[in-house]
Amino acid sequence: MEAVLAVIIGILFAAAIYMLLRRSIVKLVIGLMLLSNAANLLVFVTAGLERAAPPLVPRGLSAPATPVADPLPQALVLTAIVISFGVLSFAVVLVRRAWELVRTDDLDHMQDTDR
Amino acid sequence: MSPLALPLLIPLFAGALSLAAWRWRTLQRLIAVAGTAGLLVAALWLLAEVWQDGIRVLQVGSWPAPFGISLVADLLGAIMVVVTGIIGLAVALYSLATTGPGHVAFGYFSLMHLLLGGVTGAFLTGDIFNLYVWFEVMLVASFALLTLGSEKAQMEGAIKYVTLNLLSSVIFLVAVGLLYGLVGSLNMAHAAQRLAVLDTGLVDVLALMFMVAFGIKAAAFPLFFWLPASYHTPPVAVSALFAGLLTKVGVYALFRIFTLLFPHSPGYTHEILLWGAGLTMLTGVFGAMVQFEFRRILSFHIVSQIGYMLLGLALFTPLAVLGGIFYVVHHIIVKANLFLISGIVHRLRGSYRLEHLGGLYRDCPWLAMLFLVPALSLAGMPPLSGFFAKFIVIRAGLEAGAFGVTAIALLVGLMTLYSMIKIWAEVFWKAPPEEAPAMSAPRRQELWLMALPAVGLALCTLFIGLQAGPLYVLAEASAVELLAPERYIEAVLGMEARP
Repeated sequence: MEAVLAVIIGILFAAAIYMLLRRSIVKLVIGLMLLSNAANLLVFVTAGLERAAPPLVPRGLSAPATPVADPLPQALVLTAIVISFGVLSFAVVLVRRAWELVRTDDLDHMQDTDR
Repeated sequence: MSPLALPLLIPLFAGALSLAAWRWRTLQRLIAVAGTAGLLVAALWLLAEVWQDGIRVLQVGSWPAPFGISLVADLLGAIMVVVTGIIGLAVALYSLATTGPGHVAFGYFSLMHLLLGGVTGAFLTGDIFNLYVWFEVMLVASFALLTLGSEKAQMEGAIKYVTLNLLSSVIFLVAVGLLYGLVGSLNMAHAAQRLAVLDTGLVDVLALMFMVAFGIKAAAFPLFFWLPASYHTPPVAVSALFAGLLTKVGVYALFRIFTLLFPHSPGYTHEILLWGAGLTMLTGVFGAMVQFEFRRILSFHIVSQIGYMLLGLALFTPLAVLGGIFYVVHHIIVKANLFLISGIVHRLRGSYRLEHLGGLYRDCPWLAMLFLVPALSLAGMPPLSGFFAKFIVIRAGLEAGAFGVTAIALLVGLMTLYSMIKIWAEVFWKAPPEEAPAMSAPRRQELWLMALPAVGLALCTLFIGLQAGPLYVLAEASAVELLAPERYIEAVLGMEARP
């Protein structure tokens, strides 16, 4: 299962970088979305995928009776998803505002600040 | 009571209060000054405590160390928080004069507090994922501040800024995930302990991923190009805040990571940093030479100065790290001040382009003198703060036998002087151009409010220059602390901690 996910993450990263290198700003934003999804998936996989019990302590015990799954990567991914959602929604609004002001979606025409 | 959480809580609380006071602009201004002044006081208190009692640790929610989130203040963190407080207060005062009702209505002051909260959070956290979260807090606030007013140039700059910073965040997140997979801990002290006994090539790969992520944030070569494309576009108070603090958070993170987590193979990682430092210095200063816009010249000089700080880290001797820390403090104060002064010039003449400026030495001799203090300090003229900062770094370079990069550092100092002289000659010395745009003369009170923080920061520069002793001792103790990470680990995990 990990091998399959590793390949999927690789494809996501490759697609994201391809999109980031396009000149259209809409494709740029799509690239950023793919990129954050790839990163989230990778964090999810790093701790190892296993079929284990949820990390719950039965009543009356101080530690779980059987080996449990590591809950931390899920918590990290949840945080990262929320953050990337917020940031990406900002990016979408930014791209729209930029298009309204500059009237082009071509990054090559956005060089005024570099001169 | 420990003041450790205060520098974090005060800006966040002030930001929330500003939001609640959305309709009352005067109240928001009051909160801005009171909040940043409170931050400075809390930071000084924290520094005093850390100086007396050593590293302070707060386990948030009383969860014991490797499981919960730890807030840690060592000397480096405390020093950085104090400087953040100074810059925050200066920019808040300056903003009173320069921020129009339009910007206040879009939440300028609450965003400023949020940004300061993110910056202090990054300086004080002892947990690597928490560091990522504070970076994002800081970034989101900076995105909104950068686009405040939404002019065309701001949008173009913001697209580059946002894209590159998101890319760096993703690399950071991936590196954190892989680190967790490797050592099973996110607490930096705990992870450092486990990394020290690991012997795989993956450690170096991780180190390089962190280097790339923070290198983008710190605007190091070859990852700096987002900075000069965007820093000259927002309102000038925002520029000053960014120029002072944001890239330095990246530099701080590099210092922390490469002294605590990855100090094991300096022959590899620190060699790359050394090359990066040399090239950063050169490209920044060459970029500045061909620019003829006030804030763009200053932006390129941020890049070149980052090189000196990285040089201090890359040489990795006690004296060099000391020099790096000294340089960061000096640079934050001086660079923010130069941006503030460029804003005063803009208020008086209505332009940042050097060809439209001139004659200010005759009209405002005080402003010319005020500019000279940070400008000469940036170039490293004695007896200002920049002289000692450069002197320590260069001396460390000579002692470590890195002659090539030391020669670059000296040359770049000379070319920085050239750039500053160029600004001086164009803005203050030459005769004003014929077709100068007519500007309404600023009110006396407005000018006072703009000049006051600039004068205060210039006095800081002068003080560090004339009384370099205290800061030297502080930076020295901090360098000793950084190069002996056992003390940090012991303070966070407790005495009984064993690998």
